[in-house]
Amino acid sequence: MSRIGVFVCQCGNNIASTVNTKKVADEMAKIPGVVYTGDYKFMCSSPGQEMLKEVVKEHKLDGVIVSACSPHMHEKTFRKACESAGLNPFRCEITNIREQCSWVHHDKTKEVGTIKSIDLTRMTIERLKRNRPLEKINIPIKKKALVIGGGIAGIQAALDIAEGGREVVLVEKEPSIGGNMARLSETFPTMDCSQCILTPKMVEAELHENITIHTWSEIERVDGYIGNFTVQIRKKAKYVNEDLCTGCGECIEKCPFKADSEFEMALNKRKVIYTPFPQSVPNIPVIDASNCPKIQKDKCGACAIVCGPKAIDFKQEDRIITEEIGAIVVATGYELMPNTRFGEYGYGRIKDVISGLQFERLASSSGPTGGEIRRPSDGEIPESVVFIQCVGSRDEKKGVAYCSKICCMYSAKHTMLYRHKVHDGQAYVFYMDIRSGGKRYDEFVRRAIEHDGAMYLRGRVSRVYERGGKTIVQGADTLSGTQVEIEADMVVLATAIVARSGADQLAQRLGIGYDKYSFYNEYHPKLRPVETVTAGIFLAGTCVGPMDIPESVSMGSAAAAKVLSLFSADEMAREPITAFVNEPICNACWDCLNACPYSAIESKGVKDRKGNIVRWIANVNDGVCQGCGVCVAACRSKCIDLKGYTDEQVYAAINAF
Amino acid sequence: MKIDREKLHSPFVEQVERVSGEVFANCYQCGNCTGGCPVSFAMDYGPSQIIRLLQLGQEQLVATANSMWLCVGCLQCYSRCPKGVSAASILEALRQMTLRKGEDHEDVGGLPFPFLKDAPQQAIISGFRKFVS
Repeated sequence: MSRIGVFVCQCGNNIASTVNTKKVADEMAKIPGVVYTGDYKFMCSSPGQEMLKEVVKEHKLDGVIVSACSPHMHEKTFRKACESAGLNPFRCEITNIREQCSWVHHDKTKEVGTIKSIDLTRMTIERLKRNRPLEKINIPIKKKALVIGGGIAGIQAALDIAEGGREVVLVEKEPSIGGNMARLSETFPTMDCSQCILTPKMVEAELHENITIHTWSEIERVDGYIGNFTVQIRKKAKYVNEDLCTGCGECIEKCPFKADSEFEMALNKRKVIYTPFPQSVPNIPVIDASNCPKIQKDKCGACAIVCGPKAIDFKQEDRIITEEIGAIVVATGYELMPNTRFGEYGYGRIKDVISGLQFERLASSSGPTGGEIRRPSDGEIPESVVFIQCVGSRDEKKGVAYCSKICCMYSAKHTMLYRHKVHDGQAYVFYMDIRSGGKRYDEFVRRAIEHDGAMYLRGRVSRVYERGGKTIVQGADTLSGTQVEIEADMVVLATAIVARSGADQLAQRLGIGYDKYSFYNEYHPKLRPVETVTAGIFLAGTCVGPMDIPESVSMGSAAAAKVLSLFSADEMAREPITAFVNEPICNACWDCLNACPYSAIESKGVKDRKGNIVRWIANVNDGVCQGCGVCVAACRSKCIDLKGYTDEQVYAAINAF
Repeated sequence: MKIDREKLHSPFVEQVERVSGEVFANCYQCGNCTGGCPVSFAMDYGPSQIIRLLQLGQEQLVATANSMWLCVGCLQCYSRCPKGVSAASILEALRQMTLRKGEDHEDVGGLPFPFLKDAPQQAIISGFRKFVS
């Protein structure tokens, strides 16, 4: 027979006002196996916990029930108290008689609340009687982190983890780290030069002894679980031997072929063997195979001829490298929605309609115009520039419903950059709302309007068209309630920020959640913003949603802190509430494998006496399982059960009702 | 409405700014002035709308609106403005600029005699000062 103690909490008046706690305690005393009952004002207070400990020892209890608030609040508290009294913590269960009982019933006679509390507590008692003591699961941790994405968020995460003394593998799919931030000219609201603050960090990452950078590389496959991931990385062929290349740039100089520069957003050409920009890290060029005549048709090969250290290797192939990883930080960043979706703004049709990132390149001193604002069509300096906000953002029908968050700020910055470079130029901004929340952000926008003369018009642009060699912007100024027409020399579209193409496939490979826009889901948007539902995988930067540089950097550092705290111990203790398989009954239908949202189900071979595998069955990986119970519901042969919530326990609880 | 650089910075706009001592770009169109103005209900354009039209360089609309003549200069707008812009000063500037051109708002000779006889002397004097060049 069990020796169970039941403690009913009054929670001040929270419970006691609609539940007769004394009566609940007395009723419970009648149940076989219950040897102690009592009610108390605040069970979670120090005296309450002390009382619980003393009763456990005095009555030699083998099980404890606390009927109080939601287990989310104090389950840990009471389990800890039981543990210190010598009881297995998983022999302590909570009955929720507050959130789902006393708070929802207003019967001041206490009748309803009391009956319900008695029922709920009795059910927990029956469940507890069938509880087995569980031991925490210890899993070993490999102390090496993987950072996916070498933008500012990824660089920051990698640097912080490396500074914490742990090894980091940084994977970037472009030929250089730096991400979108490397493209920017100046950054709001302080107007410091983007490259001037970014490149030192890039170099620091390159030189850091704890960081290994793989550029021109992608994640091929991820297996395993927290502390024990096995990651396969595809190192795409650069056709340049990284060990031999000195970065002299002779090959780039001599290459006679050109293609559109991805880094310059197609505003300029680059060579077919190239580094994206002069400060590239690593400073090793790659050959764009699809445009290289040597690789396509075996003609040319000029780069190989001039290369002193003989680093060019046209025969190079993709390589797969395998890394053993303990934690992963995903920082894959953003790209802009294709402007071609918005025909009314003339993008692609009118040459002088460009995107915000293209304007960044025009304003950048290392850009195609050397920092002079010159329009793409004829290289003239534009006398008036119209900036259009919310292109694709906040547009449920044709674009995305969300706000891209940074456009208000960068458009204000663009008007200032333009005014600083073209003193008599006039900037116009069509906006719906100015969203400038942030430290010194609204002041910045007001500066653009009050000091740098940007003309802000509240309303959307309905169309941009050409008339007599001029670009006409037609929109509304809802503040004056009129239609507005402006002759523009150049139009800049603040296009919506979207997740990287392929972000959803990567999420599937990693087993993390994403929303309908392919932005990655946080575990909890407020309280666990850098964690994913998959333990050991963390998030940083704009792969989560639109955000600015300070936020991305903060998230990178936050993810790094999570990784470092995970790496601070050799082993990690996990709650043992996991599923387990009754092996003889499993018929390997794999419904559980398809149902599991965490990829915790794996196949296990059953061997005969000679060691030959005779059949395959499902096995639950304790390290990955989160104890959600979906597999239990899916299992047709009823061979999977959840520790602490076995079918036997649940049926016993229901029968007690 | 066509907008261009010349209109935004027209001599008229710059003169109103100079005479009133206000900078139109400072106004962020919250509408507090119009909300508090005791006579805005009768104006063609409320004080904030007048400032908006000036920001857009719309001289014609501003000059023909009755707003400047209805403003009584109570400074409710100025005391409410979060940016410290005085709409009253702007309307006063518009009045002064119109009167300096010799364009009277009231034809004194046309005023009916009973009105001149019954109205308080102070009202007549201040009316002359406000409406007549």
